[in-house]
Amino acid sequence: MRKSLSTMSPADVISVITKSKLRGRGGAGFPTGVKWSVVPSKETSPGPRYLVVNADEMEPGTFKDRLLLEGDPHQLIEAIIIAAYAIQANIAYIFLRGEYHLAARYLQQAIGEAEAQGYLGRNIVHSEFDLSIHVHTSGGRYICGEETALLTALEGKRAIPRAKPPFPQISGLLGRPTVVNNVETLCNVPHIINNGVDWFTKLGIGDDGGTKIYGASGHVRRPGAWELPLGTPLREIIEIHAGGMRDGYELRSVLPGGASTSFLMPCDLDVAMNYASVEKLGSRLGTGAVIILDQKTCPVGMIHNLEHFFAQESCGWCTPCREGLPWVERLLSAIEAGEGETDDLMVLEQHVGLLGPGRTFCAHAPGAMAPLASGLKYFRADFEQHIHEKHCPWS
Amino acid sequence: MAIIHIDGNEFIANTQHNLLQTCLEGGLDLPYFCWHPALGSVGACRQCAVKQFANPDDKTGRIVMACMTPAVEGTRISIADPEARKFRASVIEWMMTNHPHDCPVCEEGGECHLQDMTVMTGHTYRRYRFTKRTHKNQYLGPFIRHEMNRCIACYRCVRFYKDYAGGSDLNVQGAHNNIYFGRDEDGVLENEFSGNLVEICPTGVFTDKTLSSAYKRKWDLRSVPSVCVHCGVGCNTCVSEHGGQIRRILNRFNGKVNGYFLCDRGRFGYEFANAPHRLNASAIRDSSMIARPAEQAEILEEIAKQFDGSGSVIGIGSPRASLEANFALRALVGADSFYSGVSVQDAICLEAIVNILSSGTIKTATLQDAETADAILILGEDVTNTAPRLALALRQTLHARATTSAAQLKIAPWQDTAIRSAASNTRGTFFIASPAATHLDDVAAEVYRAAPDDIARLGFAICYQLDNSLPSVDGLSADIQAIAARIARALQTAKHPLIVAGCQLGSSPILNAAAAVAQALNHGDRTPNLMLAVPECNSLGLALMKDGSIEDAFAAAANGASTTVIVLENDLYRRAPRQAVDIFFNNITNLIALDHVSTKTTSEANFVLPCTNFSECEGTLVNNEGRAQRSFQAVIPKDDVQPGWLWLHKIAKITGRNASADWKFCDDVARTIAATLPIFAEICKAAPSGDFRIAGSRIRSEPHRYSGRTAVDAAWTMHEPKAAVQNGSPFSGTMEGYYGQMPAALIPFFWAPGWNSGQSLHKFQDEASGSLRGGDSGIRLLEPCASNTAKYPLYTIPAAFKREDSRWLVIPSQHIFGSEELSALAPSIAELCKLPYLSLNVEDAKILGAQPGSTLKVTFDSGQALLPILLAPELPSGVAAIGAGLPGTVEFSLPGWATILRAATEEATP
Repeated sequence: MRKSLSTMSPADVISVITKSKLRGRGGAGFPTGVKWSVVPSKETSPGPRYLVVNADEMEPGTFKDRLLLEGDPHQLIEAIIIAAYAIQANIAYIFLRGEYHLAARYLQQAIGEAEAQGYLGRNIVHSEFDLSIHVHTSGGRYICGEETALLTALEGKRAIPRAKPPFPQISGLLGRPTVVNNVETLCNVPHIINNGVDWFTKLGIGDDGGTKIYGASGHVRRPGAWELPLGTPLREIIEIHAGGMRDGYELRSVLPGGASTSFLMPCDLDVAMNYASVEKLGSRLGTGAVIILDQKTCPVGMIHNLEHFFAQESCGWCTPCREGLPWVERLLSAIEAGEGETDDLMVLEQHVGLLGPGRTFCAHAPGAMAPLASGLKYFRADFEQHIHEKHCPWS
Repeated sequence: MAIIHIDGNEFIANTQHNLLQTCLEGGLDLPYFCWHPALGSVGACRQCAVKQFANPDDKTGRIVMACMTPAVEGTRISIADPEARKFRASVIEWMMTNHPHDCPVCEEGGECHLQDMTVMTGHTYRRYRFTKRTHKNQYLGPFIRHEMNRCIACYRCVRFYKDYAGGSDLNVQGAHNNIYFGRDEDGVLENEFSGNLVEICPTGVFTDKTLSSAYKRKWDLRSVPSVCVHCGVGCNTCVSEHGGQIRRILNRFNGKVNGYFLCDRGRFGYEFANAPHRLNASAIRDSSMIARPAEQAEILEEIAKQFDGSGSVIGIGSPRASLEANFALRALVGADSFYSGVSVQDAICLEAIVNILSSGTIKTATLQDAETADAILILGEDVTNTAPRLALALRQTLHARATTSAAQLKIAPWQDTAIRSAASNTRGTFFIASPAATHLDDVAAEVYRAAPDDIARLGFAICYQLDNSLPSVDGLSADIQAIAARIARALQTAKHPLIVAGCQLGSSPILNAAAAVAQALNHGDRTPNLMLAVPECNSLGLALMKDGSIEDAFAAAANGASTTVIVLENDLYRRAPRQAVDIFFNNITNLIALDHVSTKTTSEANFVLPCTNFSECEGTLVNNEGRAQRSFQAVIPKDDVQPGWLWLHKIAKITGRNASADWKFCDDVARTIAATLPIFAEICKAAPSGDFRIAGSRIRSEPHRYSGRTAVDAAWTMHEPKAAVQNGSPFSGTMEGYYGQMPAALIPFFWAPGWNSGQSLHKFQDEASGSLRGGDSGIRLLEPCASNTAKYPLYTIPAAFKREDSRWLVIPSQHIFGSEELSALAPSIAELCKLPYLSLNVEDAKILGAQPGSTLKVTFDSGQALLPILLAPELPSGVAAIGAGLPGTVEFSLPGWATILRAATEEATP
């Protein structure tokens, strides 16, 4: 923090982050430096501007930000100071998942400590840069993790996404230039500034620099999360870090980056867990939270569970998501209960197409379709078995 | 402008428009729900999906929402694309998963946008087999019925109610597919424009309760174009009739006046015409004042006897009667014996307004101008209650300002959410000076509370700030000088400032101050506008015909012997203190009253002649902008009921007065007015005349699906009733005749193939929100004088208001429901009328020892009343307010000075 505020201009900071090729760790993987550089200069857009930290970690299977928030809140605060300095924002908000009580307490305490040390407030370390950080605990909707819905919620309105353009960097919180960054993304920033671009890029395996916190859940021996080089093979995460499958369980399939990514199959396990490689297989790196499906769990039941979540968490703004997801959910529920009909798979498949990107207002429904689409492809026989035998073979 | 390609055809598009607008403006059918021309785009319903192609070689394309995509040069889209069609059908299929399919019992049926869009997309077969979600409905008051199960969640209701109309008690609640649009709890919708929900809602969630009580489908309603009679703004309406009864009022788009919306008084006030107060029969009262019915011939004969030449005859006109009726009275009694019949206070104000509008150099704003003004100063008028639709227009100035500033961020004017969030911190240059709180205070940058004279003084102080050659205002406090300077500076930075005032406070100094401020702003490239509200639907028309007040008639009667007085559609007890009217009636020999509702005046009349109301005859009204507009006959009057002008013309014929005229139709009277009075020379252009035909046909006022004609009387007779011949009308009165593109003033209802609902309006426009094809209806009679030099009205600056020890200045508070005479007779509106009250600020109440619940004895020179107190913290000290026009309070002249005492306990409980 001292280094950036005392020896670097805001443009220098942005330039370093851009060169480091740091990409958003919240799921979309957008280059962070580019995001910051779009913010108009103070001269062209005088008035307040904001940095907003997306700590609304609600993606099923994902718990990496929580570890960072609870483990080292000062790391995040330092990152916020540098990021806010880079975009010349004097106010930062941490939009925190409502259930993260411990994180809220630690953050408040850490902010108080930073203020007492003069790291927050006016004229931070004599740099003439002012910053205050406010923690906002969310009322609790999955959609608040979507950056524009997050801003709308932060304004005290219903959490509904906004159409882009205008992008938040131009018209964000309260209509002012705003950058929204994920917790994990920001936590990289102080280390990049301290250790340099080369150090950071060499941390990764392959094109993307740095590390990533990968998580694993499901019937593995050691569910958890680990900071590993970005691009670590999926097999290594599951077999080495998570300790492989528990006895009696076989890996059947994997959601590589949270609930809204597509299934990968055992043959895909050697994929390097970076943005491009996972995309090549038709899925997404997402949050890097690996969810493992085993042979003792009904894939239809699992997908139903996910779609139940997505249907419930639809904000209700656009028709396809609001009315389409509940229909999908009910069809899956019927199939799982042995009440499925032959045409149901066709209706589900149609929804996969109809709820695709561009058709719905935001990425919620397309994300919800990722496990369904790949599930229908890989577990077709299981679906058909449910329908023909009129019951769930796993029950 | 840009060239874009839609399904291979070239269209010229406005680059400020989105593709949905462009498609509709190109005459194409593209279904939509959440978009509304006045509300912009939000991309919620996903119904207007089209396929967009990147270039001529792109064969794949991608699905985009037309409403969220700008029309830029070279855009290539396809509406017909199979994938886009399939997606649009799916959107309907999703909506239908929870829609109850209750069309046969739904009042929206037959004019339902959801039905139309369903047919348009081709979705027919239902595949969803699970239970539908259901909701509880709410009681929303006497105007609107709520049926939430029909909701397709397009969000238009809350976007109109909250974002557009500034309401706060209708919200969206819940989430995912359990979205609920309603109030926190059952209760009357608070916003003055709630009735627009009926038209905004694309299906039957919000329906018109007043129509419901005597329901007919749209295809069984005969409709005509009309003009609202419940304030001076002159909103255009469609009046629908069935079986001799008005069934409902819908908005009739006029780009210059009301645009897409009406206020609730205008939409629901019509019920006065069906109320028990309706006068249907002629009556004669003998000396014992017992009324007996009389045939038309007899009553005319009896009236003729009163015109035997021995006494004088005077006529009293009415600001709620048409120009034609007023002129017929003027012609009958002679210009010198014709009196305007407005109150002294209104006369003072109207005289000032006529002077300002006819000799000034400032344009009077249309409502369209008002919506885009970049600075507003309201002096003294509570427009939400005196000219409600104007208040809605003024509220939009904030959005106009936000749109302008959002444009700097390259946000298009139709991007509603983006504009609202980009401008979430902007407040308009919007100033209100008024004695009491108003419903526009929430959008004002600054409000100033003062007595009427002090409001005028603030206005003149602003004038002085703008033009130091004008007289300065003596004795202003530094605070007020600072306010004046602030407002003056803000107005100077505007390009199109608008100054608003009106007649509410009976103060000509306020009106002159408003005109002077506008005049002082009128130089350089600044174009200031004025908007002066008038009390009634033809106040300005009457004032242009005759100045003066009811007191002039009183004076004439006091001087003359055995006078016969003809009162046209006017309850004199609402114009002057009761004592004065009683004396007047004692001074005269004969009172002939024409009206369509029974009033205290008609109950005193020797001869009562039932005349038509606005829905039963043609008539021309002049709104506060000086726009003459024509309304047409929807209901064929029963019994003896005849147009006021016709009764008066018959009297003239039988008595040999005004014998040269031979009027058969309303048009004849209008032509005579145009030829006689230069100010009205253009009024015949307000609408095409009765001989207007298209391809030899009249315009049909019944839709082509009108089914009731052969069945409506089937219980009594097998024969089809003969259609009433509507001589002198451009309308056929039946389902025969022309319906298509027609002059705006003659559009009886909006309907187009595939578009059965009011959303078909776009088929009559070249541009969404733009004028109707062929130009908006009405003709402006008053345009500013061209002059390079400032023409200030002659004015004197009033002395500062000084409170008195034992007396209060009592001003009228206007109420949208209750203060206007006719609408207050409508049962639904009567339900919402306030009870009479007297409001005081807290300190003044303390002086009187009054508490909430106390009764006060209010004594004017002209009479007294016992009124419960209502605390109004914002009222200036020494000023009290009475709800104007409420029962028991009409007999005082307001504003006026009165002593106020706490009523003794025994007096307080009648």
